[in-house]
Amino acid sequence: MFSNILIYFVLIPLLMLAGLGISRNVKQIRAVAVVGSTALIALSVYLLVDYLGQRAAGNEAEMLYTGSWSWFTPLNINLSVGVDGISIAMLILSSFILFTGSFASWKIDQPKEFFLWLILLSTGVYGFFISIDIFTMFMFYEVALIPMYLLIGVWGSGKKNYSAMKLTLMLMGGSAFLMLGLIGIYYHSAPAGQPLTWNLLEIAHNNAISTGWQHFLFPMTFVGFGVLGAMFPFHTWSPDGHASAPTAVSMLHAGVLMKLGGYGCFRVSMYLMPEAANDLAWIFLILTGISVVYGAFSACVQTDLKYINAYSSVSHCGLVLFAILMINTTAMTGAIMQMLSHGLMTALFFALIGMIYGRTHTRDIHEMGGMMQILPYLSVCYVIAGFASLGLPGLSGFVAEMTIFVGSFEQGMIDYLGGAGSLRLVFTIIACCSIVITAVYILRVVGKLLLGPVHDDHHRQLTDATWWERLSTATLIICVAAIGCFPNFFEQLIRFTFNPEFFRALAANVPVLN
Amino acid sequence: MESTMPVLILAIPLFTFLLLGLLGKFMQRGMAGVIGTSAMGITLVLSYITAFTYFFSGNPLFISAGGDRLQAVIFNTVWLQFTPDQIDAAGQIVKHGLAIKLGFLLDSISAMMLVVITTISFMVHLYSNGYMRDHHGVCEKGFQRFFAYLSLFSFSMLGLVVATNIFQMYIFWELVGASSYLLIGFYYTKPSAVSASKKAFIVTRFADLGFLIGILILSYYTGTFNFTELTSVPVEGLNDVYAVSAGTAEHIRSIFADSKAPLFMGASVMTWALVLIFMGGMGKSAMMPLHIWLPDAMEGPTPVSALIHAATMVVAGVYLVARLFPLFLMQTSALDIVTVVGAVTALYAAMVACAQIDIKRVLAFSTISQIAFMMVSLGVTRIAHTDALGHEVHEGLGYMASMFHLFTHAMFKALLFLGAGALIHAIGSNDYTAMHGLRKYMPVTHWTFLIGCLAIAGIIPFAGFFSKDEILTACFGHSTVWAIWMTLVAGLTAFYMFRLYFLIFWWKEHKVHGEHVPHDQPWTMTLPLIILAAISCVAGFVPFGNLVTWNGHPITGAGFFTNLDNLNWNVAVISLCVAIIGILVAMKMYRKENPLPEKMRSALPRLWDWCHHRFYWDELYMFITHKIIFDRVCKPIAWFDRHVIDGTMDSFATMTNRLSVAIKGLQSGRIQNYVWVYLLGALVLAVVTMLCVL
Repeated sequence: MFSNILIYFVLIPLLMLAGLGISRNVKQIRAVAVVGSTALIALSVYLLVDYLGQRAAGNEAEMLYTGSWSWFTPLNINLSVGVDGISIAMLILSSFILFTGSFASWKIDQPKEFFLWLILLSTGVYGFFISIDIFTMFMFYEVALIPMYLLIGVWGSGKKNYSAMKLTLMLMGGSAFLMLGLIGIYYHSAPAGQPLTWNLLEIAHNNAISTGWQHFLFPMTFVGFGVLGAMFPFHTWSPDGHASAPTAVSMLHAGVLMKLGGYGCFRVSMYLMPEAANDLAWIFLILTGISVVYGAFSACVQTDLKYINAYSSVSHCGLVLFAILMINTTAMTGAIMQMLSHGLMTALFFALIGMIYGRTHTRDIHEMGGMMQILPYLSVCYVIAGFASLGLPGLSGFVAEMTIFVGSFEQGMIDYLGGAGSLRLVFTIIACCSIVITAVYILRVVGKLLLGPVHDDHHRQLTDATWWERLSTATLIICVAAIGCFPNFFEQLIRFTFNPEFFRALAANVPVLN
Repeated sequence: MESTMPVLILAIPLFTFLLLGLLGKFMQRGMAGVIGTSAMGITLVLSYITAFTYFFSGNPLFISAGGDRLQAVIFNTVWLQFTPDQIDAAGQIVKHGLAIKLGFLLDSISAMMLVVITTISFMVHLYSNGYMRDHHGVCEKGFQRFFAYLSLFSFSMLGLVVATNIFQMYIFWELVGASSYLLIGFYYTKPSAVSASKKAFIVTRFADLGFLIGILILSYYTGTFNFTELTSVPVEGLNDVYAVSAGTAEHIRSIFADSKAPLFMGASVMTWALVLIFMGGMGKSAMMPLHIWLPDAMEGPTPVSALIHAATMVVAGVYLVARLFPLFLMQTSALDIVTVVGAVTALYAAMVACAQIDIKRVLAFSTISQIAFMMVSLGVTRIAHTDALGHEVHEGLGYMASMFHLFTHAMFKALLFLGAGALIHAIGSNDYTAMHGLRKYMPVTHWTFLIGCLAIAGIIPFAGFFSKDEILTACFGHSTVWAIWMTLVAGLTAFYMFRLYFLIFWWKEHKVHGEHVPHDQPWTMTLPLIILAAISCVAGFVPFGNLVTWNGHPITGAGFFTNLDNLNWNVAVISLCVAIIGILVAMKMYRKENPLPEKMRSALPRLWDWCHHRFYWDELYMFITHKIIFDRVCKPIAWFDRHVIDGTMDSFATMTNRLSVAIKGLQSGRIQNYVWVYLLGALVLAVVTMLCVL
């Protein structure tokens, strides 16, 4: 068991928990967090290199590093692990967010308890991304959700009890659908007479879920994961939750947890139920298409920085699900790129907002102004984050959005010319409009918050970023720029999975004209 | 040609940007200027060598045996692969997938643009070393940042013009937009600069939406982003200029010319694609109705206006149309749209320029009007025909004229802007009302500004005369209506430029306030003026007809005076007369202080108001964006989200809560109640059982 590298993604966080348990003072706690998250970064980068090496050596298997250990035999529950390029991308993302999040919570109150819950949450996240057994996947998913309640309820600000409760209840509501869906999948996981299984690869290989059942189970799982992916109209936990959450939690939540939603949608719903995915995509396309512009329009009028960013996340995460539903290789690749890109840049945003809030004690853009003169470092970072968000070439947002638009448009035209209706085409063009609206709300914030004259003279005494804040933001900016400058590397890493041989939903969408 | 030099042309400005941006604050301010300027100087030399090699080396890569100038892709690397290449069983690539490549395309227009951009950029760098200091020679705050942004802009603009494919162009298109945003908002503590930069970015972003959708349509049907393939349409005259297979060329031609693409709202989808792409060009080149950002962009430092908003970035739209010209030529309805938009904008901007007080705004509207000339010139280009006056017109004359005008305009408009900057720096105000009669105090600025005005007015032998004459000839060759229209605008151009000139340098004696006597600026600022003035004098003799044509096939000889030989004197005389009339009217009205302008204004109050307020376009946009989009769309959506969507979610919680409050009385703990319920339940069960049994 311990010869499988993937297990260490769960073991390191567990060791960190133990380390935190015996830590005596804040320095030791920080040391545990930093050493542990650095080790996770190192591990995920090593995994990436090794993975690429294996692929280069001609390993064409769908998932690598697979392993399976029996856990509860009567129900066939195993701890099954395995990764492909997409999971690796997500693991790297999680490691970087955890690393930068630890630095962003350098001065948190009650550090021991805070980091305990934070690391527990990360354990769930890592476990989720390495699992290929949908039961353990679901279990890790829940492990990631529950600590959120305490993290917001205890360390949050504003209406924290309300927000924590709302977030948890709405996500639990999603989980309820999800669990039903997963159990349904389990009972149809194998042809009659063969043993049932929770293993993703086996279920996909068996291909035994009847179309009728798919039509029932697909919406269950898609909505279940979609709630976490902030799909309209189940997104309202996001603005309140983010607004109340402490900095690192917002970072982890928007940066990684919301990705669990998108990842689950394609790994479980789209992957296991290809027929239903093709039949029912239109319903969710409409919902996610609405998310994209609706979130952007809502962000235009908000005055609380976190609300702006939360609505912007609704828009950007909407684009992730939107692209997944295109069932087009290019668009789906773009969706994963967008998950990476959004994770990094939104974490950067929330880190910066937290840092600004920690100094000014307000997040209302009308109560601040001219921060560029007072906090030049943080302001420049904010502008860079803004540029990434509005899709400036050279930063991550552009490559992700363009891949999505090119793929979606292609699929839209294939549908349209193939007589399958113009829904995809129309919604692609609607989604494209978001690039303008995004520019509006980003520049509105930049103009009000950072530029112009200083609004409040008390703010003149504020000091610029400390070393740990600089480290945290600079790391994220480098990641954002790396994706933006060398997108092909990530594109190739991701694309492998979207092969019609593995991903059966794609087989139904073969180009008719080009 | 080896690719080191082209790589360096792009890499040096990028590296300078990173160096000054990251380490600038650890340098002395003046040092940043020296680094930025010398880096640009190296880029200038490299670009000149590249352009010279392209035009004059006779290398078979660049010129065919028949004397046609070719397109050469110096390097092209995959940056982002969208769809994989299709490979057959033998491992051969059957069909290339869609991919964004970054590369370097050298042909006559990109070589010309390299020269334009690096020349102006270098002049502006040099000039900024003087301009961005106060009167004691102390560098302004943010001096390093300024040079970093200038380098970023130069990098982006160079990347734009050498793009090998339309998506690379789009990438750099966005980057120039961002650097323009940063430079307009350079004085970020000034609210007007902040809102101007925001406006510029959002308006051009809106236009880019059209550009993007246009690219998506175009690439879907043609299956490629590459310019060489897209523009390889096999029409007469394009022999081996574009190095692509006959199959590809025929494929693209069939999509465009035979209208294989479906119709949408009565026009071919390909026409729509071109019009949408042109929309992007309209945004960047400030064509009506997307022109509103350019006058406001004058909030940026004046050297920036000279570089970005007069000479280089704003002509990107013209360059875009020129780049895709063979496609436009097959969808002439799209070219007609280009013509109409250009012609209307030219007149509008010229009228507005006559009624502005801020000298930079006059120049801004003049820029819009001149770019519109280039657009019209492209729009009226057709292949072979006889003109209205019965002459055989050169094939693609308008295309050549447009590029020629782009070149000359860049030189004299940058000159005018830098001159205006010198005036503003000396006087401390943008309004001509604060200037008047400066000719004695600032002789160098005066003479160079005069040369700029003569050039833009189109007086022989200055640069503008030749290019404008070619444009008008091309217009006459296409349609007399547009030709007369554009001739009138040319007259108006001469009028408003000399109005500006006389109001700044003549009108009345300059009032000297206190000890501060206006004087010419240091050499860093006057030298660029003199160089640009010299170029404006001779640029008209560059044999563009030989160097830059739409299909690489020279239409004139290569000698220095060929432009004079090839003039269409009928048109030249008309345009000269019109220009001289314009100048004379301006002289009559503004040379000496007199009541005539005031009388004119009160005689036509409505016209003055509309022109002065730019036909109220800004107010209209304010109304649409604030009153309609913000108040009627964004706010209701936000309200809906909070009250309806979130209200529903909350009400689930509230209802659950109410329900539990309602039924919690059942769990009272009182034994009597439990006994009653127990007995009632037992009774009900008994009755039910009995009923069932019976």
